[in-house]
Amino acid sequence: MKRWTLFLPLGFFLILCTLLLAGLFMEDKTVLRSVLLNRPLPEFSLPVLEEERQVTQDEMKGQVYLLNVWGSWCPACKAEHSQLVNIASDGFSIVGINYKDSPELALNWLSHSGSPYLYNIQDTDGRLGLDLGVYGSPETFLIDQEGVIRYKHVGILDGKVWNEKVKPLYEMLEEEAKL
Amino acid sequence: MIPELGLLALILATCLAILQSILPLVGSFTGQVRWMQTGKNLAIGQFFMVLLSFICLVYAFLTNDFSVSYVASNSSTLLPVIYKITATWGGHEGSLLLWILTLVGWGMAIALRSEKLPLVLSSRVLAVLGMVSVGFLLFILLTSNPFTRILPFPPMEGSDLNPLLQDFGMIIHPPLLYMGYVGFAAAFAFAIAALIGGQLDSAWARWARPWTTVAWVFLTAGIAVGSWWAYYELGWGGWWFWDPVENASLMPWLSGTALMHSLAVTEKRGLFKSWTLLLAIATFSLSLFGTFLVRSGVLTSVHAFASDPTRGLFILIYLLVVVGASLALFALKAPDVRSTIRFGLLSRETLLLVNNVVLVASCATVLLGTMFPLLLDALDLGMISVGPPYFNTVFVPLAMILAFALGFGVILNWKHNSTQWLMSQVRWIFVVSALGGLLFSLFYDSRFLISEALAMGLVFWMVLAMIRDIQNKTRNTGLLQGVRKLKPAFWGMHLAHLGVAVCFIGVALSEGYSVQKDLRMAPGQMAEVGDYAFRFDGVSRKNGPNYVSDYGRVTAFRDGREIGVLNPEKRLYVVQQMPMTEAGINAGLTRDLYVALGEPLGDGSWAVRLYVKPFVRWIWFGSILMSLGGLLAVSDRRYRVRVRKKISQPRATGASLAGGQA
Repeated sequence: MKRWTLFLPLGFFLILCTLLLAGLFMEDKTVLRSVLLNRPLPEFSLPVLEEERQVTQDEMKGQVYLLNVWGSWCPACKAEHSQLVNIASDGFSIVGINYKDSPELALNWLSHSGSPYLYNIQDTDGRLGLDLGVYGSPETFLIDQEGVIRYKHVGILDGKVWNEKVKPLYEMLEEEAKL
Repeated sequence: MIPELGLLALILATCLAILQSILPLVGSFTGQVRWMQTGKNLAIGQFFMVLLSFICLVYAFLTNDFSVSYVASNSSTLLPVIYKITATWGGHEGSLLLWILTLVGWGMAIALRSEKLPLVLSSRVLAVLGMVSVGFLLFILLTSNPFTRILPFPPMEGSDLNPLLQDFGMIIHPPLLYMGYVGFAAAFAFAIAALIGGQLDSAWARWARPWTTVAWVFLTAGIAVGSWWAYYELGWGGWWFWDPVENASLMPWLSGTALMHSLAVTEKRGLFKSWTLLLAIATFSLSLFGTFLVRSGVLTSVHAFASDPTRGLFILIYLLVVVGASLALFALKAPDVRSTIRFGLLSRETLLLVNNVVLVASCATVLLGTMFPLLLDALDLGMISVGPPYFNTVFVPLAMILAFALGFGVILNWKHNSTQWLMSQVRWIFVVSALGGLLFSLFYDSRFLISEALAMGLVFWMVLAMIRDIQNKTRNTGLLQGVRKLKPAFWGMHLAHLGVAVCFIGVALSEGYSVQKDLRMAPGQMAEVGDYAFRFDGVSRKNGPNYVSDYGRVTAFRDGREIGVLNPEKRLYVVQQMPMTEAGINAGLTRDLYVALGEPLGDGSWAVRLYVKPFVRWIWFGSILMSLGGLLAVSDRRYRVRVRKKISQPRATGASLAGGQA
């Protein structure tokens, strides 16, 4: 063993630290990238999971709704699921983005657990998720009736976040829409 | 008043820790015995200060002191008393305090048992432990004070403990896990002390080994409890999800397992010295790294704590100082402890090397999978998530290689063996295992699964190899007499390895032969899953102390006979408005019946998920055996005999040599 090989662990560790440092100071993932906040949804035309049709960003305008990114492969999304069902049963609109998932598994999960979604946009290759800056699922966006992104939450939308942050904002946007 | 007392105790503990990291170390270089001896008392004092602080926090929870911000956000008046106590470690600040308490607890234990060590070594070990705890104490004081008050207007009611944590598994999971994580600090401190002194002999390995093994035992048990908890509490039917936080605990376990085996070689044969030191440093670093992952918010996860970049930065700087300095020290001083002993290709040494390579490769695999999304994100190459498919494809073959090597490893002797001898030993075992695996897979189920045949073949292989080893070790004296003469360390090794085999059975059979059905069921409706029939008897309302529950009732039948009632639940925790699933489980030695409630579908029907999981419990039985094996190995007398005698004793021979591996 050469003398210099003893320094390899140190070198490897320093590289790892640089990476972690970058990870820390990458834009705060729980807050929306400033570029996207108050900007319209990116353009897309994608199939709907439940029906034989395509949907585009323009067709989605006209109402306030939550846009929830999920996949049947994602444990945290499953934990979030019943909360979404509750929100939907209280009369709030949720559109799903089925992110990097197989339609079959997704439909299977929804038929088992009940669907809180009006419908799901099928984002199999994750392109829309990429445009939206999805970091990890679940993520939830709040879209106003002009189709503009007004809020983003990363991680499980639990009762606390929903009641304290997202719900008031949702109701405020609905008020705005009525004016 | 009490919370302020707790804070004061923490500050005093920090002062003691600073003294502990300086005085004994300086003393060890200048040869002042008085200075070196301070380490012990400082470590004891530090423990009692942190204990006092911890008790103050528990007291704040028990008295519903919502003026303490941490209590207000993790408890409520409705919370049952037992969970008020465990809520102490239910959030970031309190669990950090528990972490520190276990760290200084280990520190005190080492200090109390340090009389057996040479004073120079023990004072350095305690100094290193002091430095480690200074870092964590500063971390809690500067970024995560659990005693911060909400004044002048404290809330009347707290926002309750996260319902996921209101569970027995959660009561014992964190303390066990922390005992493991932090326990590796002992191995780390021993390694640093050896590097500082530039001396590492088999006596050193004999001191470091039991501490490492005990830490490993706790970590094994902690991970097993966590997996068991995920199994019955999350209601997804799985027992491992490759979540970043799970990975954070698996990495130190893998490298800790490697360390334990490499320490065996260092003790028995004086080999792999610098490698052992590197593993000791790596294992503790991975424990710290896990803490960083969980608490910094760098990765999103199911059970990550509230993220806070300041905390992340603090831990990162801490990591950089502690690990960076240790690795630099290693790079500079490792040549001093180089070993020059040779060993043959066919020897236990070689097989333990294989063990180490495979374990370290597995650990690297997990590290890569956990860090890869972050790496791509940092380089702006897009964002991905690495899921179970990646881990399973890489991990399963590695586990199989490890099991195969295990069979050779337990049979081979130290130093050198002839090919001929080895062949005569394993020939029949190999044939029997291969046939056994094939036959098992052919007859167990209507489907033939090659992966299950392989896994079961390896189970036969491991168990038969162990039996052969026991036979070999008792050959001269006859089985009955010989068995009694073998040392606890030997039995510990085999018990732990038996645990590996049992775990293999559990994983292979539950993954291969589980049957699952998702159904819409109306009350009274029957469904068949595998050999079992389930009758859905409907759902009723029930009230818990701080939740309301939809309490399901499902009756299970086999061959027309009723075998049990399962009660899957959907709970809604009132304060946090958080819904939770509780799976209904009918546990059995050879199979678990597992029912989870989905959503109500109108007119009393529910979406119901039914599973039959063969042998799933064996995964946790196996972990228990591994832990017990570790404990048994530590109980070996040679770890308790006084040092002086030990050094003058001749090298162990015969049977006791074999007991080195557990």
